[in-house]
Amino acid sequence: MARKTAGFDWLTILIYFLLVCFGWANIYSASLGSGPAGNYFDLNEVYGKQALWIGLSIFIIVIILAIEVKFYQRFSSVIYITALVLLAGLFVFGKTISGATSWYAIGSFRLQPSEFAKIATALALAKYVSDIQTNIKLFSHQFKAFIIIALPALLIVPQPDPGSAMVYAAFFFPLYREGISALYLVLALTGVLIFVGTLLIGPIWVTIAVVVLAALSFLLKKKKRPGIPLLLFIVVACIGLSFSVNYIFNNVFEQRHRDRFNIVLGKEVDSRGIGYNTNQSEIAIGSGGWTGKGWTEGTQTKGHFVPEQHTDYIFSTVGEEWGFVGSGIVVLLFVCLLLRLIFLAERQKSQFNRIYGYSVVGIIFLHFMVNIGMVIGIFPTVGIPLPFFSYGGSGLWGFTILLFIFIRLDSDRLSF
Amino acid sequence: MRRILLYVIILTTGFIFLGRLFYLQVVDDSFAVRSNDNAVKVVYDYPQRGYIYDRDGELMVSNQPSYDVMVIPRNLKPFDTTELCAIVSLERKELERRLDKAKIYSPFLPSVIVPQLTKSEYAFLQEKMRNYEGFYIQKRSLRDYHVDHSANVLGFIAEVAPATIKKNPYYSSGDLIGRKGVESVYEDTLRGVKGVKYIQKDKLNRDIGPYKDGIYDTLPERGKDITISVDSDLQAYGEYLMTNKRGGIIAIEPSSGEILSMITAPTYDPADLVGRKRSPNFSKMWLDSTARPLYDRSILAQYPPGSPFKTMNALIALQEGVVDTDDTFSCHHGYSYGRGRKMGCHAHSSPVNMNQGIAQSCNSYFAQVYRKIIEKYPTPQEGMDAWNKHVRSFGLGDYLGNDLSTGRPGKIPTSEYYNQIYDYPTYKWYATATLSNAIGQGEVLLTPIQLANMTATIANKGWYYTPHMIKKIDGKPIKDERFTKKHQTTIDPENFEPVIQGMHDVYNNGTARSLQIDGIEIAGKTGTAENFVRVNGKRMQLTDHSIFVAFAPVDDPKIAIAVFVENGYWGGRYGGKIASLMIEKYIKGKITRQDLEDYVMDPKNSLEDEYEKPYSGEPFLINDGKKNGWL
Repeated sequence: MARKTAGFDWLTILIYFLLVCFGWANIYSASLGSGPAGNYFDLNEVYGKQALWIGLSIFIIVIILAIEVKFYQRFSSVIYITALVLLAGLFVFGKTISGATSWYAIGSFRLQPSEFAKIATALALAKYVSDIQTNIKLFSHQFKAFIIIALPALLIVPQPDPGSAMVYAAFFFPLYREGISALYLVLALTGVLIFVGTLLIGPIWVTIAVVVLAALSFLLKKKKRPGIPLLLFIVVACIGLSFSVNYIFNNVFEQRHRDRFNIVLGKEVDSRGIGYNTNQSEIAIGSGGWTGKGWTEGTQTKGHFVPEQHTDYIFSTVGEEWGFVGSGIVVLLFVCLLLRLIFLAERQKSQFNRIYGYSVVGIIFLHFMVNIGMVIGIFPTVGIPLPFFSYGGSGLWGFTILLFIFIRLDSDRLSF
Repeated sequence: MRRILLYVIILTTGFIFLGRLFYLQVVDDSFAVRSNDNAVKVVYDYPQRGYIYDRDGELMVSNQPSYDVMVIPRNLKPFDTTELCAIVSLERKELERRLDKAKIYSPFLPSVIVPQLTKSEYAFLQEKMRNYEGFYIQKRSLRDYHVDHSANVLGFIAEVAPATIKKNPYYSSGDLIGRKGVESVYEDTLRGVKGVKYIQKDKLNRDIGPYKDGIYDTLPERGKDITISVDSDLQAYGEYLMTNKRGGIIAIEPSSGEILSMITAPTYDPADLVGRKRSPNFSKMWLDSTARPLYDRSILAQYPPGSPFKTMNALIALQEGVVDTDDTFSCHHGYSYGRGRKMGCHAHSSPVNMNQGIAQSCNSYFAQVYRKIIEKYPTPQEGMDAWNKHVRSFGLGDYLGNDLSTGRPGKIPTSEYYNQIYDYPTYKWYATATLSNAIGQGEVLLTPIQLANMTATIANKGWYYTPHMIKKIDGKPIKDERFTKKHQTTIDPENFEPVIQGMHDVYNNGTARSLQIDGIEIAGKTGTAENFVRVNGKRMQLTDHSIFVAFAPVDDPKIAIAVFVENGYWGGRYGGKIASLMIEKYIKGKITRQDLEDYVMDPKNSLEDEYEKPYSGEPFLINDGKKNGWL
C-alpha cells in the first residue's frame, strides 16, 4: 500500500532540540558543584543524568515516529486507563519525595506517572470528542469530556501536587476550538478577576464595582438590553463569590497559600521566608543585564542562591548567565513553537489530530506561562517544570512523547 | 474567533514576559548590586605599613605580627577545653560565652575568639593547633613602637570610621587608618595599596573559589617608609623635662624649617594604644578633661605669647622708622597713659634704649614704641593694619600650611576687630586701647609652633620655610613646594641685627643671664604671661605662664625653640631652663648644666599642685611666694 506521507515537521523538531540542548547547558551550570567540573556525562551528577535522559529521548522519538499512526487513536482508551491505574497505584506503592507521593521507585530509577497522564488524557479526550457519536455542543457530552479531564486531575491533587493538576485546565483550549461556549471562559475569567480583585481591594469595593458595571451595561446597551432578572442574578453571584473568596482566603487557606498570592500581589515583602525563592530568582535574572554573565559564570547560580534552580527555577539561570538576549530568545522559541503547533493543528484533516494538537499546545503553553511567570515574579509560586528545560527524566520524556506523537500524527495527515 | 483566541493569548503572554524581562534585566539595575552583595565577597590583602625613621635614621615605628585565634563554629570538633583555656589564659565560662556568640553570628563564618595573643602564647598554641579542629590562627599586623615618646608626633592607627568610608571608597569596614600625627598626614604614603581578591560565595556564605578565576584580583603594594625631621633623642629629652608640667615645645631648624621636636605635656607612651590595652587606655585619656593627654598643646594651644612678642614690635618699629636703636624711653615701674591707667613694669635702670629694653624686658619701653608705630599713621585703623601686615608676614595669625594633622590660626588683631568691639564709628578707639599688644598680652594669641616659627625667622634675619615634619619618603628627600619655598617677611635684614643683639644680651646680662651654656652663644627672650580660666562659669586668674624663646648659635643658628609651660610662674623659671637644656642637648649631645636639669626635674618643683588649684573649689593664691626660691 503506497501511502502518501507528508514527512515530519522539521521546524518543530529543530525548536525542540534547541530548547533541550540549551536547557541541558543551563542545568549543567546550575548543578555544577564547587569542585572541578568533571565529565559532562558523569552519571553521579545531575547534568550527567540529564544527558542520559536526553540520549534516551532520541531513542523514544525514533520509536514513536516508527509506530503505526492508527495505534494512538485505537489504543487511546487503554493508555488512558493504564494512566489512571498508575496514578491510583501511587496511593499504595508511591514513593514520597519532598512531601509529595508522586513517584514509583524501581531501584534507583524513578518514574512520575503524572507527567505521562497528560498525554493519555489528551489522547482520550481527542478520541471521545472526535467520535462520530459525540456532539460537544451538548451539555451531557461536555460533561463526559469534563469527566475524562477531571479524573486524572483529581487523582493528582491529593499527592499533593496541585500544580500538576492545574495544568489540566489546558484542555479548555481544544474544547473551545471544537465548539463549547465561550461562556465557560468568561465565567472562569470573571471568577479570576473577582478573586484577584477581592484580594487586592476587598469585597466591599468589588461589590461597588460590580454594581456600577451592571448599571452601566443596563443603561448603555439599549438595543440588546439583558433581562433584569439575569442581570440581578449575575450581580448577586459576583458579590457572593467575592465575599466567599474573602472568607475562604482568610479562613480556609493555610498561611503558605495566602503568602504565595500576597507576594505576587505585592502585599507582603518577606525576602527571607516564603518570598526568598522569588526574590533570589529576580536578583539572579535582574543581574544578568543585556547579555548576561556568561555560561557557568553566574554568581547567583554558582552560589546556589536560587532553590530548585535546576528544576522549576532553571529559567533564572538563563536570565543570569545569558541576559536579556538569552532569556528573550527562550521566550521567543517557546512562542514560535506554540504558534507553529497551532498552525500544524489547524491544517489537520482529522478531528482527532486537531484536538490532540490543541491539547499539546494548551499543555505546553500552561507550563510555559505558569513557570516563567513564577520565576520572573508575576505569577504565584506553583511548582511545575518548564517543558524541555527543567531537569527530570519523567518530565522530559513526558513532553517529548506528548510532542512527538503529534509530529507523528501530523506526518500522516494526508493519508485520510 | 475560535482560531484566533489561543494565538492572542500566547502572543500576549510572550510580550508580557519580554517586557518584564526587559524591566528586570535592563531598566532596573538594582539587581546587579544586590547580586554582587550576596554572591561575591571581597577579601583584602593588606600590605606592610611603611616604617617611620627619625632624622638620624633611627627606627621609630615598624610593624609587629599579631595573632588572633579564630573559630568557624560549624567545623568544631570536641576538644580539650581545659588545655585551651590554660594556654590562652581564659576562663572556661568566658570561652564558652565567646563560642556561643560566634555561633550566633554565623556557624559558617570565622569569628575572633582570642584577639592578639602574646608571642609566647602564640608559640605554645601553634604546636597544639592540630588538636583544635575548627580553630585557626589569623595573622595581623600591628604597629611596633621602638620609642616610648613622640606619641603626638607619630599619631596612631585605628579602625576607620564609617564617615571616612563614605567619603573615601578606598576604605572598607575594619580597615586600619592613621589617626593624628604623621600616621594620618602621610596615610596614603605609609599604607601602600591593599590587594583585592574577589571570592565567589554560595548561599551559606562559604567561599567556593575565586570569582571569574581571579581576573579582577590585584596584588598589594607595600607602604613607603618615611623619614621625619624629628630628632628622637631631643624629643625624648624634651618630653622628660616636661614631666609634671603642662605645655608645649617646638624646636625648628631655621635653615630648613624642619621640626626637630614637637612636644606636648602631658603625653603618653605610643605603645599604650596598641593591641588589647588600646581601648581602656584610650578611654581613660579621652575622659581626662583637665590634663588632656590626647590634646597636642604644641600645635593646638593658643597662648598669649607675652614678652617674646616684644621682639616683633622692636622689628616693626625699626622697619617703620619710628625709633632708632639709640632712642631711650624712661620707665618708672611702668608706663602711665592717661586718666590713671598704667602698665606696670619690674625694677631695672631707667631710661632704656632698644638693647636694654629687650634684655631687661621693659614693658614701658615697648608700650611707647608700639604707640609710635600705631600713631605714625593718620588714624589708628591705618596704624593697626600696617602693624598687622608686618606681624602676618611671619606666618602668625593664620594656619601655617604645614604637614601636621591639626593646627590653630592663633590671633593677631586687625583694625576691623577693634572697630567691632568698640562699636566704631559710634565710639572711637586709639592706640592706647590696644596697648597690650606691645607686650604680647591682650588680643594676641599664638600657638607654640607659631612662636617657634617667629623665632626661627628672627634667627634667619627675615625669612622662613614653612615648618614641616617630613624629611624623606622612601629614602628620597622631599621636593614639596610648600616646604622648599622661602617666605620673606616685610622686615629688612639689617633691622634684625639690633634685635638679635638684644636677645643675645638677654643671656649675657639680661633676664636669662643665669641660664648661660658654656661654649654656645644663645639669643633668647623670656616671657611671663597672665592668663585666666573659666571654671563653672567663674573667671579666675591663674599663675602666670612661663614662656621662653631662643635660638643658637647666634652666628649660624642650628635650632630655634619656643617653650610654653602652663602656670610656670615666670619665663626663666621653667621655660628658660628647658630651652637652654634642649639647645645644649641638641648642639653638644650632652648636658653640662646639670643644675638646671635637677631644678626642672625636682619633684618639689612639680606643677601638679598648681593645676589642681582652680578645681579645688577653695580660694587660692597665684604667683605665690612659696616657690620664689631660685631664679
